Amino acid sequence: MTRRERTWLLVLPAAIWFLFFLVLPLTVVLVFSFGERGTAGGYVPAFTFEQYASLPSRLTAFKNTLILAPLGTLAALVIAYPLAYQLAVRTSPRWKTFLLVLVILPFWTSILIRSYAWIVILGGQGLPAILASFGLEDVRLIYTPTAVTIGIIYGYLPLMVFPIFVSLDRLDKRLLEASSDLGARPFATFRQVTLPLSVPGMATGCLLVFILLMGEFLIPALLGGGRVYFVGNALVDLFIQSRNWPFGSAMAVTLIAVMLVTVTLYMRLVGRLSARQDSASVM
Amino acid sequence: MRFYSALVYLFLYTPIAIIALFSFNAGRSAIQFEGFSVRWYIRAWNNPFVMDALQTSLLVAFVSASLASILGTLAAVGLQGMRGPFRALFDGVIYVAVMIPGIVIGIATLIALITVFDLVNPALAAIWPEGHVSPRLSMGVGSLIAAHTMFTMALVIIIVRARLAGLERVLVEASADLYSTPFGTFRQVTLPLIAPAILTGFLLSFTFSFDDFIIAFFVAGSETTLPIYIFSSIRRGVTPEINAIGTMVMGASLLLLIIAQLVFRRGTRR
Repeated sequence: MTRRERTWLLVLPAAIWFLFFLVLPLTVVLVFSFGERGTAGGYVPAFTFEQYASLPSRLTAFKNTLILAPLGTLAALVIAYPLAYQLAVRTSPRWKTFLLVLVILPFWTSILIRSYAWIVILGGQGLPAILASFGLEDVRLIYTPTAVTIGIIYGYLPLMVFPIFVSLDRLDKRLLEASSDLGARPFATFRQVTLPLSVPGMATGCLLVFILLMGEFLIPALLGGGRVYFVGNALVDLFIQSRNWPFGSAMAVTLIAVMLVTVTLYMRLVGRLSARQDSASVM
Repeated sequence: MRFYSALVYLFLYTPIAIIALFSFNAGRSAIQFEGFSVRWYIRAWNNPFVMDALQTSLLVAFVSASLASILGTLAAVGLQGMRGPFRALFDGVIYVAVMIPGIVIGIATLIALITVFDLVNPALAAIWPEGHVSPRLSMGVGSLIAAHTMFTMALVIIIVRARLAGLERVLVEASADLYSTPFGTFRQVTLPLIAPAILTGFLLSFTFSFDDFIIAFFVAGSETTLPIYIFSSIRRGVTPEINAIGTMVMGASLLLLIIAQLVFRRGTRR
C-alpha cells in the first residue's frame, strides 16, 4: 500500500459520514426550498420561488433575531470585558487558571437547565415577588424580551470572556509599563494601548456568540414563552407542528444567507478597524 | 474591580445554586424552601420515563463519542499527509459542520433521512420474502447517533489536529529511520502522544451529545432523550423533580469536564 492510498483510507470513513449526514442533508434543504408543500405536509417536487416570496409573513422572527442577537452580544461584551481584564491583567498567576475555569465551566453544562433556572427566578413567585415586597408591584419579567436578553447574556457570557481573556493575557505587559513611564495616566494607557490590542479577542468573542445566537431556539422558547419569537422558534413550528418542509427549508436557507452576509460585513468592519489602528500606531 | 468580578461570579452561579438547593426541597415548590429532603431524587430514580430517557441518552452519547473519536482521529492523521483540492474541500466541510446552527443540522437530517426512508422502505418490502415482516427504517437511536457523530467528529478532528500540529516531526522521522513500519510508528510514537487529545475529544463529544437538545428534538423520532424529557416537563410546569434531574446532569457534566481538564493538562505537560 502506498503512502497516498493509506492517507485516503484513513480519511475515507469520515468523508463518507460527512457526505451522508451533512452534505446530503444540506443539499436536500436547498432543493426542498424550491419545492411545493404536499396536502398532508412534506414535499412535492417543483421549481418555484413561492416559498421565498412568502418569507415576509415571518418577518417578525427575523426582526427579533436580528435585534436581540446583536443586543445580547453587545451586552455580553460589556459585562465580560471588565472581568476578562481583571483576570488577565490584575490576577496573580496562581489564581488565574482556576478563576478562568470557573467562568467557563457553566458553559459546558446543559443550557436547557441553566435557562430553566431563570424561569424560576424571573417567574411570578421569584424576583417579581421579592420586588413586590419592596413596594414595586406588578413587575413582569418572564416571557418578555428582557427575560430573553438576560437568558442570552447568562448563557453566552463564558464564551465571550474566554477569547478576550486570551488576547489580554498575551498582551506584552512591558507595553503598559512603557506607557506609564512615558507619563500616560492609567486610563489613557487603557484607552490607547490595552483596548486596541484586545480588539481581536473582542471580535472573536462577538463572532462566536452572534453565530450561536442566530440559530437560538431554547432561550426564546423557555424565557420568551412564544411571545419573543426567533427564527429558530419559527423553524421548529414549521417542521414539527405544521410539517411545511419547503417553506421551512426556504427559511433555513435564508437564515444561513443572512448569517453569511452579516458575518462577512462584520469581518470587513473588524478588518478596517484594526487596519486603522495600525496606521494610527505608526503615527 | 474585584467587587465587580465577584458580582459576575454571583450572577453565573446563583441560578445553578438555586436549582441545586431546591432539588432538596421537602415541599412541592421550586421557590419556597420547606425543609431538606431527597424525595425528589428518589422520585426521579423511580420514574420509568426518566430512566428510559437517561438510558437512551447514555447509549447515544457513548456510541457517538466513540465513533467520533475513532473516525475523527483517523481522519486527522490522514489529513496530515494530504494536500491539494480534496484537503481544501475537507477543511471546508469541517468548517461548515461547526458553523451551521444546530437547528439547521437537525432539520436537514430529519427531512433527508425521512425522504430516503420513504424511498427505501417500499423497496425493502418488495424484495422481502413473502410471509415475513420486512424491516422498516425509521428515525430513532440510529439517526441520533448519525447526527451527533457527524458534529462531534468535526470537533475531534479540530482538537486532534491541533495536537498533531504541535508534535515534533523529528520523532516520526527518527522512528522511520530506525526501520519502523508506518503503522509501528503510529502505534508507538504518534498515538501515545496524541492520546490525551483523543480522550479530551471523546469527553467533550460525550458531553455535547448528552446535553444536546435541538438536534435530538428533530431526529429522535419516537425516542426520548433526557434533554427532550426535561424540555417537555418544563413545558408542563416547574417541579423540584426537574431540579433533581438537572442537578444530577450538571454534576455529571462537571465531573466529566474536570476529568477532561486533568487529562489534557497531563498530556500537554509531558
